[in-house]
Amino acid sequence: MSAHSFAGETAIVGIGATEFSKDSGRSELRLAVEAVKAAIADAGIKPSDVGGMVTYSSDTNPDVDIARSLGIGDLTFFSRIHYGGGAACGTVQQAALAVHAGVADYVVCYRAFNERSGNRFGAGVQGRAPMPNAENAHLASYIPVGLLTPASWVALAAQRYMHVNGATSEDLGVIAVADRKHAATNPKAWFYEQPITLEDHQNSRWIVEPLHLLDCCQETDGAQAIVVTTKERAKDLPHAPVVIQAAAQGSGAGQDMMTSYYRDDLLGLPEMSVVARQLWESSGMGPDDMDAAILYDHFTPYVLYQLEELGFCKKGEAKDFIKGGRIELGGDLPINMHGGQLGEAYLHGMNGIAEAVRQVRGHAVNQVDGLERIVVTAGTGVPTSGLVLSHDA
Amino acid sequence: MSVDHSEALAALVGMSTGFPTVALDLVNEPMIRHWAEAMGDTNPVYFDAVAGVTAGLGGIVAPPTMLQAWSMVGLTGTLKRESSRGEKKDLENANDTMMRLLDEEGLTSVVATNCEQEYDRPLRPGERIAMRATIETISDVKKTGLGVGRFTTSLSEFFSVDESFPSDPSLRDAALAKAERVGTMRFRILKFAPQASAPAKPPRPKPALTQDNAFFFEGLNEGKLLIQRCTACATLRHPPLPACGKCESLEWDTIESKGSGEIYSFVVVHYPQVPSFDYPLPIALVALDEGTRIVANVSIDPEHIAIGQRVIARIETFDNDLSLPVFDLDTGA
Repeated sequence: MSAHSFAGETAIVGIGATEFSKDSGRSELRLAVEAVKAAIADAGIKPSDVGGMVTYSSDTNPDVDIARSLGIGDLTFFSRIHYGGGAACGTVQQAALAVHAGVADYVVCYRAFNERSGNRFGAGVQGRAPMPNAENAHLASYIPVGLLTPASWVALAAQRYMHVNGATSEDLGVIAVADRKHAATNPKAWFYEQPITLEDHQNSRWIVEPLHLLDCCQETDGAQAIVVTTKERAKDLPHAPVVIQAAAQGSGAGQDMMTSYYRDDLLGLPEMSVVARQLWESSGMGPDDMDAAILYDHFTPYVLYQLEELGFCKKGEAKDFIKGGRIELGGDLPINMHGGQLGEAYLHGMNGIAEAVRQVRGHAVNQVDGLERIVVTAGTGVPTSGLVLSHDA
Repeated sequence: MSVDHSEALAALVGMSTGFPTVALDLVNEPMIRHWAEAMGDTNPVYFDAVAGVTAGLGGIVAPPTMLQAWSMVGLTGTLKRESSRGEKKDLENANDTMMRLLDEEGLTSVVATNCEQEYDRPLRPGERIAMRATIETISDVKKTGLGVGRFTTSLSEFFSVDESFPSDPSLRDAALAKAERVGTMRFRILKFAPQASAPAKPPRPKPALTQDNAFFFEGLNEGKLLIQRCTACATLRHPPLPACGKCESLEWDTIESKGSGEIYSFVVVHYPQVPSFDYPLPIALVALDEGTRIVANVSIDPEHIAIGQRVIARIETFDNDLSLPVFDLDTGA
């Protein structure tokens, strides 16, 4: 496999979001429209310039409804990506491929939901009707025994990882504490000014052992949109382009949706390894070149796995890598400076991409000094995706 | 029962439940015919005057069981009385008072237990019927299959009256003293406290079955824990898939697992709690000795479950229609 032909040729030029809340009081479609409108304005383009739209297959808001709402007009590219939060960086990849191929000039990626006041993902699949199709047949191994929620699916893998690698609940807590520390100084974060201690983490109630409440991300109402175009076009726009040095999707051997329990070991995320291989090869960069990382944090354990799969440390050593403030602002590899999905908001990974854009632009609230390059990941435990973003060097 | 109204209830026994009432309609042929048709009673004495005469009844008569029907107040009248109950206590009659006291005792549910009627003579079209009801008995608190409660009996007496029967309700009791009684009815109810029963546990959510995975659940229903096997290369696989990831063969059969294995990983679920399950809920990923892994319930104390424990499966049936393997600690016994 060789480097992607579109690597380094496209850029993120606009970001827009609603507030992040627990009860938006508006429809999911309206949230989507607000975020897309804000992202288009941030990019300095007109709605009619947008030729493509990408979202998640789990999003309930049709691209055409947003297009009609904002007078976007003709669309020449529209696409939806499966696997929940695994789609996040994949939407940007689709957009980059489309603009690079000349299929559309500007593509908007978006995700919008009332995931706290409406359909709560944390409740899991308890109400799923047993319609006979392959996705439900997959769940047949878990639903009748009561393994119903994302927290439980992650926990069953994490218990093995912790057992083999000697990682503890306190190690997971280090990640939660770092995220909440960052959120505490981010006014957009739900947990603004609410840092936690490791003791708070340990004292929080069990959700699914070995996961405490504070190992689990929030549920959020809100929307995030992102505008992608070619690097060439980006030069004429208000913001300095945030170059997509690499964008990749990955599914690995023995892949399953959240329940890949039958692989040789349960100690990695092979799909993230597939993503990492492409990111480093296409960008010509490696983990040592990254000034920071946005790592998908719906549940803390998979942050450890990701550090290993991306090559920041060796297998099984992430629990030691994260110690001593290394992943906090000011450390060697700050992660999730916006507070992550534990601290800022759970926008299925899209708010993390926006944070990476702000970091590269240089005006994030928790700015990493001198940041030039950053890696972003999408949902873990599912087929996933990733990005390497940088200044226009 | 936190409240005991025994004394107040005893004082109600023998009291009239209100002024005597008079039927809205005279005994009449159309209502007799509708009743007999609804009941499927084809006795000609209810339709045919000649048959009535022949039978020595002097003409058409009303079915005896219509006795109470003549005196009923109708839907609207019933609603009026119910809306007045409890709102204005000065309008309460003895029956209202009895029901309120029983409600206050916590005996809020009601079931009719029996009804006995006695007929003094047949009723004929054109007769006017009046009715007087009294509270005959109120029992002590009894334990019943439905819960604790009191039985109450009301005695209704039915009279044939003429057009001189007073329209002033307060004069009716005196008028009945001279009237001819035509029948009586004893109506017994149980007022009881509904038993607080635990909400029934809803059944476990069912697996979605396709042509690919149905064999696994059918095997469990027959008491077998099956593992899919590629007939081309003999590779075992679980969960079920239509083809072999090793050799692409679509051909497969199954082997029956011995059910022995060890805990490869596990969780203990605390939240969210779904009513079909008991919490904390331990669930294990079991590495079967045959080589495949399976996610299953375990009957091991959540405090003591651990990776590496040897376990053995038994097949348990839930809700009469779902069989699943449940793993116990394998003590080697």
